[in-house]
Amino acid sequence: MARVQVSGLRKQFPDGTVAIEHLDLQIEDGELFVMLGPSGCGKTTTLRCIAGLERQTAGTIVVGDEVVDDLRPSERDIAMVFQFYALYPHMTCRDNIAFPLRAQGRPKAEVDAAVTEAARMLQLEPLLDRRPKRLSGGEQQRVALGRAMVRNPRAFLMDEPLTNLDAELRADMRAELKHLQQRLSTTMVYVTHDQVEAMALGHRIAIFNDGRIEQIGTPLEVYERPASLFAARFIGSPPINLVDVELTNGSLTAAGGLRVVAPDGLRRGDRLIAGVRPERLTVLPPGAEEAVEGRVVSREALGDETIYVVDAACGELHVRMPPTAPYAAEDPVAVRFEGGAPPVYDPTSGQVVAT
Amino acid sequence: MSVHVQPPEVASQGIVGETAQPPALMHRRRPRPRQWLEIALLAVLAIVMLFPVLWMLETSLKDQRDIYAVPAKLVGWTLTLDHFKAVFESDSPVVQGFKNSVLVAGTSTIIATLLGVPAAWAYSRFKIPAKKDQLFFILSTRFMPPVVVVIPIFLMYRDLDLIDTTLGLILIYAAFNLPFTIWMMKGFVDEVSAEYEEAAMLDGYSRLEAFWRVTLPLLVPGIAATAVFALIFSWNEFVFAVFLASSESARTAPPAIAGLIGGTTIDWGLVAASAMTFALPVLVFAFIVRKHLVAGVTLGAVRR
Repeated sequence: MARVQVSGLRKQFPDGTVAIEHLDLQIEDGELFVMLGPSGCGKTTTLRCIAGLERQTAGTIVVGDEVVDDLRPSERDIAMVFQFYALYPHMTCRDNIAFPLRAQGRPKAEVDAAVTEAARMLQLEPLLDRRPKRLSGGEQQRVALGRAMVRNPRAFLMDEPLTNLDAELRADMRAELKHLQQRLSTTMVYVTHDQVEAMALGHRIAIFNDGRIEQIGTPLEVYERPASLFAARFIGSPPINLVDVELTNGSLTAAGGLRVVAPDGLRRGDRLIAGVRPERLTVLPPGAEEAVEGRVVSREALGDETIYVVDAACGELHVRMPPTAPYAAEDPVAVRFEGGAPPVYDPTSGQVVAT
Repeated sequence: MSVHVQPPEVASQGIVGETAQPPALMHRRRPRPRQWLEIALLAVLAIVMLFPVLWMLETSLKDQRDIYAVPAKLVGWTLTLDHFKAVFESDSPVVQGFKNSVLVAGTSTIIATLLGVPAAWAYSRFKIPAKKDQLFFILSTRFMPPVVVVIPIFLMYRDLDLIDTTLGLILIYAAFNLPFTIWMMKGFVDEVSAEYEEAAMLDGYSRLEAFWRVTLPLLVPGIAATAVFALIFSWNEFVFAVFLASSESARTAPPAIAGLIGGTTIDWGLVAASAMTFALPVLVFAFIVRKHLVAGVTLGAVRR
């Protein structure tokens, strides 16, 4: 296992499109690092550069202590699981898993032992003699994992490996994957556009946007303290409330009188955007202090919690409430902010100014 | 690639689309008058189209006297295989033609395939400057009928001493089959996801090894279909054969059979038997690739 270091990475395709502007990453040994972003943000291109399937325009990639820029994919000792698994259709599962070991010319006994071990670990033993076409999506996924782990590569690259599974199976595979990564304590770089997956799996998450990294942090960090408006919008469901506020009398005030605790270091009269998570707001009967008056637009009772959308003077607010909250659609209510200072953003740059 | 995701209630039935029972056959509806008309018209068409073939088959099997009988005998003639025997006799004028045809068609197909498949792979996988223009140029060599270039090629061949050689025919047929092979194979290579090769490259193989071990095995059906098409072209080709190889030693079967007609007496039985013998391999091959014949036409029309 090894750490992966990417510095100054830039990728421009021959047709002129720039997939990655400038990228610096340091992925630690044994870390499960998630690259998260919308499609076309450069996360998959970054992964393919690390794998050696794309040659970067500029920048350096180091795996372990070795600069791999001029190495072919086969020489980098990196395994990859593709979005569509790319299991060789003309081979049985056994041959698929054994393929990388045979490429290294390992003795047959060793190959067999390694395949058996991987199959046992992934519960694939009864399926070994089948062709990939005869497997379900989850089984194909496990064979692809088996093929990746059988040769103990320096790092695993995963390109949206769970996207093609249905929701239930995806949750199972997610847990299985995390467990596997812990057991093997491998370095894993995981690309996804699914924020739930990123939050559930990653030790650290890099949020990509338009060829750049918006933020790198632990799941909790990126949730609690998004570094930019983009990162704030991308993580969280229901979405974060982005409220236009102004600093007056030591606290932030939004249209309609909603008062939000101000972080330190702001100047009086600053116009800012506060990023308020739905659980930091409370729905109250009308007339509450320091609150904004509004009307319940929708109410989603999810069982463990209820999500309210309240139309107020400062915009539509998403509020996460306990299931016991008694309000119904069209009720007049007040919404109040609770707790410590939220992150605030500069409206022009979109970057966090104080947290 | 399709992914099978099973709803739990049918999970025990295996993979969707793999093991599911086909739906019970619906009752076939009674043909309506319109359909009767269609069937009748198609039957007439089939008879008109197939009559020459049928007549050829009959002639090849008829006794010499029955061939020349007036009025012609459609039924009630004597069956004989003498004409077929004559086709393969050592002094037969066509037997060398068949040998040459096998050599020329086989070798030119092998050359076109060996060159065309890697070229198609390269055009499919790599970023090549002006790729579309190059592909168009390759295709454009097939735009005009071959007969247009037969005289310049004849003159070139005369200077190169390739007239009346099987090598000359092999080269010209390979050249004519190459554009076709590249285009058809490119369609097949496009259908094989590049991810397989990329996976093989990450699994420890070079690009060429990845092509050899992963892509090539998946291309075998496509290669077979393409090669059969090329084979049929080379086998049937007449114009170049007649212009470039007139001596018996290099002549292929089509001009050899055509040469049977034109003497003072014409052995129609031998002509018909030779033609039948000549047509048979093509019929067999066309039957083998009939699915791909359609696939070749609709290639690329459906995006997976």
